[in-house]
Parts: sequence; structure tokens; C-alpha cells
Amino acid sequence: MTAREQWIAFATIVRKEIRRFLRIWMQTLLPPAITMSLYFVIFGALIGSRIGEMGGFSYMEFVVPGLIMMSVITNAYSNVVSSFFGAKFQRFVEEILVSPMSNNTVLWGYVLGGVARGLLVGLIVTLLSLFFTRLHIQHTLVTVAIVLMTSVMFSLAGFINAVYANNFDDVSIVPVFVLTPLTYLGGVFYSIDMLPEFWANVSRLNPMLYIVNAFRYGVLGVSDVDVGTAFAMVAVFTLLAYGYCMHLLNSGKRLRQ
Amino acid sequence: MSKALEIKGLRKVYDNGFEALKGIDLSVEEGDFFALLGPNGAGKSTTIGIICSLVKKTAGSVNVFGHSIDSELALAKKEIGVVPQEFNFSNFETVWDIVVNQAGYYGLSRDIAAQRAEQYLRQLDLWDKRNVASRMLSGGMKRRLMIARALVHEPRLLILDEPTAGVDIELRRSMWAFLKDINRRGTTIILTTHYLEEAESLCRNIAIIDSGEIAENTAMKTLLKQLHRETFILDSKDPLPEDIALDGFDTQQTDEQMLEVAIDKGASLNSLFAALSARGIEVTSMRNKANRLEELFVALLDKK
Repeated sequence: MTAREQWIAFATIVRKEIRRFLRIWMQTLLPPAITMSLYFVIFGALIGSRIGEMGGFSYMEFVVPGLIMMSVITNAYSNVVSSFFGAKFQRFVEEILVSPMSNNTVLWGYVLGGVARGLLVGLIVTLLSLFFTRLHIQHTLVTVAIVLMTSVMFSLAGFINAVYANNFDDVSIVPVFVLTPLTYLGGVFYSIDMLPEFWANVSRLNPMLYIVNAFRYGVLGVSDVDVGTAFAMVAVFTLLAYGYCMHLLNSGKRLRQ
Repeated sequence: MSKALEIKGLRKVYDNGFEALKGIDLSVEEGDFFALLGPNGAGKSTTIGIICSLVKKTAGSVNVFGHSIDSELALAKKEIGVVPQEFNFSNFETVWDIVVNQAGYYGLSRDIAAQRAEQYLRQLDLWDKRNVASRMLSGGMKRRLMIARALVHEPRLLILDEPTAGVDIELRRSMWAFLKDINRRGTTIILTTHYLEEAESLCRNIAIIDSGEIAENTAMKTLLKQLHRETFILDSKDPLPEDIALDGFDTQQTDEQMLEVAIDKGASLNSLFAALSARGIEVTSMRNKANRLEELFVALLDKK
């Protein structure tokens, strides 16, 4: 296929993916909007007003970046895992497997679909947060870069999950039992400076801590961890996930008999 | 004439150790209408799966219009359109989206994709259903949708795996006419089917596969010439006598007034009618039992 033909194939997957999550917006866009609004009301407005300041910011200002990032991560991941697993389950993944497009085209088509949903949900949550607090982005480049890299990384991870998933339970296991707890414990609701040293050190093993803090640094200008380390870590995980996705596609593992 | 498909020494051993293909050779000329027949589990779908790269081969080579699936997979894939046995499209997408997206996967621009989608959806009587979600279609419509989807990038080799399974007779015949037409216009077609009448009426060449091996690979006419006996069905005006055995004929009563008689090919029918008249049986109609290929098919598999 020529580069132009590959581009058309790529655009076809991206368009199809975006139309898919827009078509089922009640399942994809509305739930995070409602959940995050509840977080803003309960943790930010009701409980937050009693907590007082954290890291020099109101509690609402402090939790908003983490909640936005949590939405981006969960939605980028969920989009790819549910869409690609659905294609496997209904066997229309064969439409793609018999076509001449390259494995890179297939992968990046799905990844961009995940990124698009992650960013759209992130935008919706950001707009909702403006009803509760003001956001003055301190480092635009850092904010945009970390949100893009994170959504790519988790879209790739969602793809790996989809390839290995045998049923719908396998699709929800990682978001429910891994991503959400790690994000909750990744400093969304508190600064690790508040933790005893042991638990602060344990928290430093949680990759979500770096992602949430890098984003918080972009928005608020403060972070519990080194932002450069956060970027390096996301870059390394993204490359590893990409390499593994390509290995799965090239070998046809669990996709071709 | 060039080869549309050339398979040499193709083997497939699945992970569970089952050897689905035991080193088959197969060759299909460009422009042919080729039947690939065999009982369930014989290796037909595995062969098709390997050609389309949905199944990984264990050994052997596959060339599609000269393009090896090992070294020029994308070029080989471009030449192939496949209609699988099972429905494999999104239940939630519309007919239009399914066909247009498939064109996109082959790198066709939206304009050309839309043109082709309209052309094939009209030809296959699906135009009125273009905005309907695929799950709302009847079984026959779903089969036609898969044919439209397989043709939208205008492949030179169309592979149909049981395309008329579960399709009523009227629709099946209209699909035959459509397939004959696209074959006449140059598309090479490989067909697997359980309806042997379908293979006999459509295909010029045939391969019969059994237990992962090619049992026969020849021209349809040559194969049919091997048939030494024909079976006729006779309808009697009155109920047949209890003991209907006719000397020199292999008979079987299938109904109160219906008799099947197997006769050597080329034998005179006059002696049959004479024997029937002698027993006072008046024949009101007579037809050839469908179908000849079926008898051969069974004979070939029995021989193995």
C-alpha cells in the first residue's frame, strides 16, 4: 500500500472509533461527567471546605488535576480495550486482518481513537470543574505533553488487554482492579508529603503518582515528584507497550489461529 | 494464462496437535470458477483462512497472482476478497458504513468507496437497507452484505466460503446469477459449498478435499464423466405393488407411488419401461435425481 493508502486506512479506523464512542455517548461520555461532578461536589466542595489548604492551594484546586487525569487514563484505556475486544468477539476484527494495511496503521488507528476519547472526556471534566474552581494553567506545554503521552500509553495498554481478553470480565478487570486503585493511591486526593515515610516510599513505586503529579505541575506548578522523571517514565512505558503491541500484531498471537 | 492461486505443500498443524492440512497442492487459473468441496472438518476453511492470512500455516507456500503471502503479503491481500462462512461484521454499524469502511481499509478514497458501495449495494439489492444496522438484516441480506463488502475493493480473486448457506432457493439462484456475471467479467472465484448442485452448476474446475488431503482435482466435466450410474425418480399413476423388484434393475421404493431406479449410464431406458409395463405400472413423470455430483462425491470419499 502507498503512504496515501495507509493514511486513508488509518483515517478510516480513527473515524470509525470516534463515531463509535460518540454513538454510545450514554456509556462513554456521560458516566465520567456525572462521576467527576460528584467528586467535585463531595470531595471538593463539601468535604474539601473542611480540609483547608493542601500544598498552598484550596483542596478543590488540588484534586481537580488528578481527577481530570484519572478520567483521561480510564477512558483512553477503556475505549481501546472495549472496542478492539468487541471487534474480536464479533469477529469483525477479520475485516482488518484480511486487509493490506500495515500493523502500525491498525495499532495507531485504535490508539488515536483511545486518545480522542481520553482527551474529550478530559475536556468535559475540565469544563465541569470550572463550575467549582478556577484553573490557571502554569505550564501549558507540560500539561499538553503529559496528557497526550499518558493517553497514548494507556491506549496501548488497553490494546494489549484486548488482545489477551477472552471475555467481557477480562476487559473490566484492569480498569476496576488496577487502574482505579492505583490512581486513587497515586496522590489524586492527597500529597504524599502527608504520608509516613514508609508509605510515601511505597507510593513512589506507583507509576500513577508520577503521571498525576506531572499533570498537577502543569496546571498548578507544584509536584511531589520530579517532573522529568515522570516524563521519562511515561516515555519508557509507552515505548515498551508499543513494542509489545507490535509483537502481538506481527506474531498474530491470539488474533490469527 | 497466469495462476490466480498456487498452493504447494501446504500444511497446518493446530496448537492442539490436529493436522488440518497434510501438504496439499492446489492451482487455480485466472478467470476460473473453482469449487473446493469436502465434508465438514476436511480442511476447506483452514485452506481459505491461510490464503486470507487469518490462519498461520505450518509449512508450504501460497501465491496469489504471483505474490507470495510470505514475502508480499500486502500485495497478495489486495488481490483477495473473502466472504467467510460466519457473519463477521459489527452488529451496530449500518450496511453503508460496513462497506465504505472496508474500502477505506484497502486505501480507497471516500469518493471511490461511496461510488463502489452504491454500485454493489444496488447490484445485491441492499441499497434500500443502506442505513439499517446490520443486525436488523435477514440471513440472506447478511450474506449479500458480506459479498458487497468483499467486492468493494474489486479483488481479482473472490473466495466464498459457503455463501448460500441458509439462503432460500430463489435468493440462491439470484446470487448464482450475480456470481456468474462477475466471473464472466474476469473475477476468479473459489467457492466452497455444501450444495453440490451449486458447484455443478457454477464451477468449471473442482478439488475435493478430505481429511486434509486433496482427494480429486480436475475439471468438473471430467469428474462427472466418471459417473457410471444415474438415478431416476419415477412417479406412478397408481400405488405401487408391495414387491416392486424389477429384474436387472436396482430399485428402491421411496413413497407409495414413487420409485427410484439406478441405471448404468448409456443403458437403454426402453427395457426399464418394458419391465414396468409388464408389472402394470403406469409412469406419469420421470426426473433425474439431484444431483450427480453428490453421488460422485460420496463415491470418492468412500473410496478413500
